[in-house]
Amino acid sequence: MEIVLNNLAKTYKTSHTSPEVHAVRDISLNIPSNGIFGIIGKSGAGKSTLVRLVSLLESPDSGTVLYDGQRVDNLTGNALIQRRRCIGMIFQNFNLFSSRTAGQNISYPLEICGTPKAEIDARVMELLEIVDLADRRNVPISTLSGGQKQRIAIARALANSPDILFCDEATSALDPQTTKSILNLIRKIQAQMNLTVVMITHQMEVVRDACSQVAVVHDGSVVEQGAVKDIFLHPKNEVTKEFLANLAPETDTVVSDRDSIVRWSDGGGKYVLRFTNRLTDEPVLSRMARKFDVEFNIRAGGIQELPASRIGTLITDISGKPEEVERAVAYLKAEGIIVEEA
Amino acid sequence: MDLHKIFMLVNEATLQTFEMVVFSTVFSLLLGLPLGILLCISDPQAGIKPRPVLYQVLTRIVNALRSFPFIILMILLFPLSRILVGTSIGTKATIVPLSIAAAPFVARIIESALSEVDSGVVQAARAMGSTTMQIILKVLIPESMPALIDGITLTIINLIGYSAMAGAIGGGGLGDLAIRYGYQRFRPEMMAIAVVVILIMVELIQWIGTRLSHRISANR
Repeated sequence: MEIVLNNLAKTYKTSHTSPEVHAVRDISLNIPSNGIFGIIGKSGAGKSTLVRLVSLLESPDSGTVLYDGQRVDNLTGNALIQRRRCIGMIFQNFNLFSSRTAGQNISYPLEICGTPKAEIDARVMELLEIVDLADRRNVPISTLSGGQKQRIAIARALANSPDILFCDEATSALDPQTTKSILNLIRKIQAQMNLTVVMITHQMEVVRDACSQVAVVHDGSVVEQGAVKDIFLHPKNEVTKEFLANLAPETDTVVSDRDSIVRWSDGGGKYVLRFTNRLTDEPVLSRMARKFDVEFNIRAGGIQELPASRIGTLITDISGKPEEVERAVAYLKAEGIIVEEA
Repeated sequence: MDLHKIFMLVNEATLQTFEMVVFSTVFSLLLGLPLGILLCISDPQAGIKPRPVLYQVLTRIVNALRSFPFIILMILLFPLSRILVGTSIGTKATIVPLSIAAAPFVARIIESALSEVDSGVVQAARAMGSTTMQIILKVLIPESMPALIDGITLTIINLIGYSAMAGAIGGGGLGDLAIRYGYQRFRPEMMAIAVVVILIMVELIQWIGTRLSHRISANR
């Protein structure tokens, strides 16, 4: 389902004395059908309001929301309820019903539509299998881990076979590993069910790992949008650049993944070099190359800012005659660099 | 006065108190539950169907009724008892003012229990296309069940206290026994017995209520 937003605006007035808050000012977006669209913004940028407008939880002050060309922002009463039943939504805090078991949570959206009991049972089982939690059907929600809770929430969101899935900071409460597995699940489901997925997030990692297109929201407006690849290569807006700069650098945990992506040169050995403080500013590698008959090639690198110091990591090939390489490595070690053979 | 007589008196008074408390609990819930739900959902800030005017009107009525001293409310409601029960004295007649006095209290308790339900969960239910009725019956009430049970326990215990007061103006029950025999006829042992029976009733109700609500919470 294609979603089109035209000049959406929403203002909140919290009390008589406080000034009006322009949560969303004039946002127009075209969210293509059957893909994963990211909306990224800092807290307070207006993305939560935007998702509430797009998911028909609130109506805009002005502007329109169209689903497949059909206007939906002005729906009321029964039409609105029927329309919401074709939308799936997952949240940062999962928002599962604590009074229900995992299975009963998934059956809720089916119950409210009056689906027959036998049909509900079969569908719940099917959904539990999709999210890989078939053995957890009858357990209370409180016994599940964060990742499992989000999986149950995803199953619940998919119960009525929606054509749109909204993910409102769906991975923000999860650790990086669990985030990856949830994103993989969403990607898998998106491909299988021809869903239009809209991901609202403040994490560039989520956009990088899951989305094909992205819109950057700042201060209630879209400041940049396009294909994720283009935005990563040519970010134009300052906000976008800031998001990219804060993207978590590759850390040790992914080095092993890198092996399959990076082709190491045949002759050279691969080394992980770690620097601290002063050394992060010095051209130690080029000095090494001048001093010895070796060549180096940087595969990946990054600097981690710790409260009191900085640690630089470089994944490098050093090639040349074995004895020359050995001397070069010895030189690096003498300079205070920690060298590991990977 | 022999033991048998004392037993008969206490027995009769206990049954009367029991009758008053059971029926007024049921009727005050019948009145207060819908009122509490209405207060919760019509809340202009947090309600799922904000209705500022309705909320203000209901709030004023509830506050006014709650600030009335019970003994005065009872006297004012004698005519209503006469219409509904046919008499303004006796255990049955007392149930009317008891129920009406407790209803606003119940309404507030239900309102606060329901509004404690996580707003995110309610939002999720709304996003899934629940009707207001479905949110009330399938989300708000089940999610707040432990708090609701605690609230109802508190109501019953309050009603035991109110019913003792009602005894003073002809309602019968343990309060009546304590005042007529214990105070007016100088029989402190009757007063003591009445107080002990009330104490046991309150303890028992509290114990059952706490257990029930704990049991529900523990299975979540």
